[in-house]
Order: sequence, then C-alpha cells, then structure tokens
Amino acid sequence: MSTTAVIEPVKDPRGPWFRRLPVISHFNKSVGLQRGMLVAGLVLTAVFLLTAMFAPLIAPFGFSQISDAEGNFPSQQPPGGQHLWGTTVGSYDVFSRVVWGAQTAVLVIIVAVVMSIFIGVILGLVSGYIGGGLDRTLVVIADAIYAFPPLLVAIVMAIAISGGRSSLWGGILAAAISITVVFIPQYFRVIRAETIRLKAEPFVESAKVVGASNIRIMRLHVFKNATRTLPLIFTLNASEAILTLAGLGFLGFGIEPTSAAEWGFDLNKALADTTSGIWWTGVFPGLAIVLTVLGLTLVGESINDLNDPRLRGRKKAVSGKGGPDSSTGAQAALEAEVRSS
Amino acid sequence: MTTLIEAPPTDGEGLLPIKKKTSGGGLGRYILIRFFLIFPTILILVTMVFFLMRTTGDPITAALGGRLPPEQLQERITAAGYDRPIFVQYFEYLAQLITGNFGTTLSDNRPVAEMLATYGAATLELTINALLVALVVGIPLGLIAAHRRDKGPDAGLRVFAILCYATPVFFSGLLFKLTFSVWLGWLPVAGRATPANELALTALESPTGIYWLDAIRSANMAALADVIAHSILPALALGLLTAGIFLRLVRTNVIGTLGKDYVEAGRSRGVSEYRLVTKHAYKPALIPIITVMGLQIAVLLGGAVLTETTFEWKGLGFQLATYLTARDFVAVQGIVVLLAVIVAVTNFFVDILAALIDPRVRY
Repeated sequence: MSTTAVIEPVKDPRGPWFRRLPVISHFNKSVGLQRGMLVAGLVLTAVFLLTAMFAPLIAPFGFSQISDAEGNFPSQQPPGGQHLWGTTVGSYDVFSRVVWGAQTAVLVIIVAVVMSIFIGVILGLVSGYIGGGLDRTLVVIADAIYAFPPLLVAIVMAIAISGGRSSLWGGILAAAISITVVFIPQYFRVIRAETIRLKAEPFVESAKVVGASNIRIMRLHVFKNATRTLPLIFTLNASEAILTLAGLGFLGFGIEPTSAAEWGFDLNKALADTTSGIWWTGVFPGLAIVLTVLGLTLVGESINDLNDPRLRGRKKAVSGKGGPDSSTGAQAALEAEVRSS
Repeated sequence: MTTLIEAPPTDGEGLLPIKKKTSGGGLGRYILIRFFLIFPTILILVTMVFFLMRTTGDPITAALGGRLPPEQLQERITAAGYDRPIFVQYFEYLAQLITGNFGTTLSDNRPVAEMLATYGAATLELTINALLVALVVGIPLGLIAAHRRDKGPDAGLRVFAILCYATPVFFSGLLFKLTFSVWLGWLPVAGRATPANELALTALESPTGIYWLDAIRSANMAALADVIAHSILPALALGLLTAGIFLRLVRTNVIGTLGKDYVEAGRSRGVSEYRLVTKHAYKPALIPIITVMGLQIAVLLGGAVLTETTFEWKGLGFQLATYLTARDFVAVQGIVVLLAVIVAVTNFFVDILAALIDPRVRY
C-alpha cells in the first residue's frame, strides 16, 4: 500500500488538481460494482449533508414545536395530512424532528472527528517519532481504551462532562468529546505506526543530515506522508460517531428534546409506542440513522478497496476491533498496515 | 488488542527479553507476559473511570442533591467519606476492589457486588445467544459470498453486512418487536420469561441465573419453550450486529485461502467446488475468526447495554441504563469496572488461544 502511494504521483501525468482530490480520484479509478457502491454512498451522504444544511428550509416545523396558528398539534397522529410522518406522543412533528436531527448529527460528527484527528494525529506523531517511555505509556493507555466498549467510554465521558444532561451546544460538545475519546486511540495507532515506518525512510534521514529540526521533520516530512489514510478513517469514524451519538441519546444521555432534535433520543421515546402498534415515531428516525451510516460506510469501504485492490485478495489474519463499528474490511487494511510497519 | 500480542517483542515491554530461538518455553513465557499485561489494562480503565466520574462532584450530591436538605446531604457525604482528598478515596477504592467490594448502590442501597452477580448471568445468557446467532448467520453467508465473489450474491451479502453494522441494535430491536410481537403476535414483546416461569426458575436450588440452563436442569419443558421464545428477538437484534462482521471476515479469509496453491491443486484433482470452499479453504480461514470472536465480546457487551434496554432484558445493561437515569454513579462505576475486567480477561484468553493455534503469534 505504501509503495503505491509514494510512487503514484510520479507515475501520474498529474491531471488537473481537482481530479486528484480524494473522493474524485477514487471515483475515476472505480469500475462496475465498486463504482456503484461508491456512488450509492456518495448520494446518501450528499442527501444527509444537504438535509442538515437546509434543515430550516426543509422542515415544516421547529424541532420542539407543538402548536401552530391553528392550535396544538394532535398527539400520536398517523402519517399523512399536515404532518407528513405523523406526530409523537409529545405532539412533535416526526418529519421535522428527523430533518433537524440531521443537523445535530453533522455538528457532532464535525466537532468529534476534527478534535480526534487533531489530538490523535499529534499524539501519534510525537509518540512514534520520539519513542521510548512516552511511546510505551501512550500505547498501553490507547490499547486499554481501544479494547473497551466505546459506548461505555462515551457514557463515562458524558457523565464527566455534563453530568448527563445538557443544552444544544453543551450536549453537542459533550457528545462530541465523548466520541473523541473513543476515537483518539484509533488515529493514534495508525499515525504512530506510519510515523515509525517513515522515520526509517531515507528522506527523513537526509533531512536530519542537513540539520532540519525535529519539529520541522515531523511537520513537513512525516506528517504529510502519514496522513494519507485519514480520509478513510474519517468516513468510517463519521459513521461510528453517528451510532455512538444515537446510542448515547437512546440511553437518555443525548440532548434535551427542547434544545435540539436527536435521532437516538426519539427512538428511545418511540420504544414505548411500539406495543400499541405505533410505528412511525420509531421507524423514521431509525431509517435516518441506518441510511446515513450506510452512506458513509459505503464511501469509506469503497475508498478502502480502491486505495489498495491487492488487499482484497491477500488479506489474512484479520483482526477486528473493540468498537461497535464493524468495518472489519477497512479496519483489516489499517491493521495490516500497522503490522507491516 | 492485537498490538498487545505483538507488544512484548516490538515494544519490548521491558518485562522479559524474548529469545527468538526458544520453541518449547516460548508459550509459557508468552502466557506469563500476557497475563501480567491484564493488570495495567484494568488499572488504567479503573483509574480513568474513577476520576472521570468524580469530575462532576461526589456521587451522593449527584444522586440525592435537591431531594435532601443540605445538612443531611453533608452528613451523608461525611459518613461515606466523600469529603476526604480524592487520592485517599482513590486508593481506598482500589483496595476495596481487590477484596471484591464494589461499594453500595445509592438509589436502592444494595451491595454492588451482589447486584453484579444477580444481573451478570442475564447478560451472559444474552451474549451467548447473540454469539450463536452471529456464527450461524455469519459463517455460511460468508462462505457463499466468498464462493460467488464479485457476483450478484456477493454484492447483496456485502450490502447486508454493511446494513447489519449500520443498524443500531435498538432500531433493529424496535423493528423486530413491531413485526413479530405486535403485528404478527408470534413472540413476546419484552422480558426474559413470563412472570410465572421466572419465579419458578429463580426459586430453584442454586440457580445459575441462565434461564435456559436452569429450565433444562429442572426438566421444565414449558419454561424452556417460554425462555426460548423470549430469547429469540433480543438474540437476533444483538447477533445480527456481529453477524455482519463474521460474514465479512469469513469472506475475506476464504477468498484469501481460495487463491492458495493447494486449493488450485485440489481443483485440478477434481475436488468439487463445494468441497473446496467448505473444507479446503474454510478451515485455515477459521483461525482469525476465533481471534475476532473474542474481540467481539467487547462489541457484544456494548451492544448488550442497548439491547437489554430495548427488550427490558433485566441484565447488567438494563441495570446500567436504570442507574444512569437515577444518577446512581456508584452503581454505574461498579458495572463499568466489572465490564472492564471481563473485557481484559477475555482478551487475555483470546490471545492465548491465538498463540496456541498459531505459533507465529508468539514471536
């Protein structure tokens, strides 16, 4: 995998810059079934992002609105008429809450993934480059967190941050930080392994010989080369972030219904409805989660396959990981990398 | 955890030097090193959980604040020793843990250890059931996908695997409940057994707490049928989450082994495609599955928390959610610590198993 990535730019006649962007270059490389999966994933992801962006325009009502000019909304009304997807027991409009939920999810993903990339990458770089006792300590800590059910880590973090209940931004931050703690070990591992591999490369050695400082080497020579797997981890973690957020919300650790819409929380409330045959309060937010995660995972998977077609045939001794994420295929690729280095 | 397998040689944990040439003594030494690695893992998690849970304040204020007058609150805090320096409390907590004392829950005032013992069995039962579902669904489908690689069935199964992962257990649980319990009326909505059977099973002499085992032991067939009916939906919801992982794992590994020379040799001898897939390619592909099966314990335990809440399955996860709502952080801490111990110990056994099967792991 590493050799292809290093050699590629040389082989490439270097098309226009936009053709070399991560997802676009992958699209051009893809054929047949793989392209189909990539396109399906991109479409689902695009729908999710657009919904989140234009939530105020799409949603007919506010996420905590229970009445309009014509009076109070009915409770538990079946889909149809004014309320496209029906209303909940608390008279919330299901369609509006699902749409607003996309916005909450995007905010949490962005904050969580950006924070974990930032912290994980820095820790991984420093740990891998410096090595020694610091490296060993960090590896043991990261492994301990990594092996533990992510949802439990997130629960503990949520208690620590907000005591478990909070406002919109408080809730988003709490959820995002909880998820961040789960993800840091993953970025840390990958980047550390890459750094250790790169440290032995001749170009790093040459940089040392000409007297470049450690910071400069880390920043210029190692960082740029170590981060090429990041788009892949990003998409995979985005989907995992959604699932963790929904899990937290489902356990009542999400964001209060009056401060934002959150799919997991809505599903928790919908659970009580099922026994009386009310399906619309749970099915729609649930489908929203499934389709969003599906889209992101398809994109991530496709990128993974396209990054290294050889892996598909050669992969062996795969190991999964301790999270509820099951992206074993992609994970195997990363793990294979960790091993080979 | 895989890095832990490799940690001793690469990172040289400093515990014991590993000689490349030992063949007989290697395993014993590896087991020893691996065994001692359990403790830092547990210690790190316990420490993390302890200090994080305390950042919001003492557990008594969290659980009872606002419900008791300030003086009484203060009195209870002093009585429980929560006003002492945090490090004193931390070391006291560690000392208690070693003796198996997990403290007393605040909301219903029972020993945490007793609570863990009561509900642990239910979680164990659910996890075993789910693992069975995952294997029964995942392995055959994985074989099919590998056999029909890049054809229609493979594409379908890969999407199925991603769907398994993309569907949160509480949503698949909700769908199953709607379909099979509410609309079709085939299976019970929630719980582990009907109240009458539950009473009968818990009244047994030294019950294991695993209901189907208890039902078989007491030869109570009606209860067994009832317990199985209650188990199906939760086991499906949680099992499918992992089934997707097994499917993909079997697929990639069998594809890998199918490309090997000995499979080609078998094919040239006229061995049937079916036999090639199920015998020649499948068996070597099993090794990584055993490793991952252990790693899935963590996933299953995490998923169990959500599944139990969905199906009111009275196990550790259900209790965890209840105590979270009651803001009883002593109980929460106890459950989380127990799960940490379980995960660490399982990973230890998995690594040992992997080393027994594949000697290369040790070096």
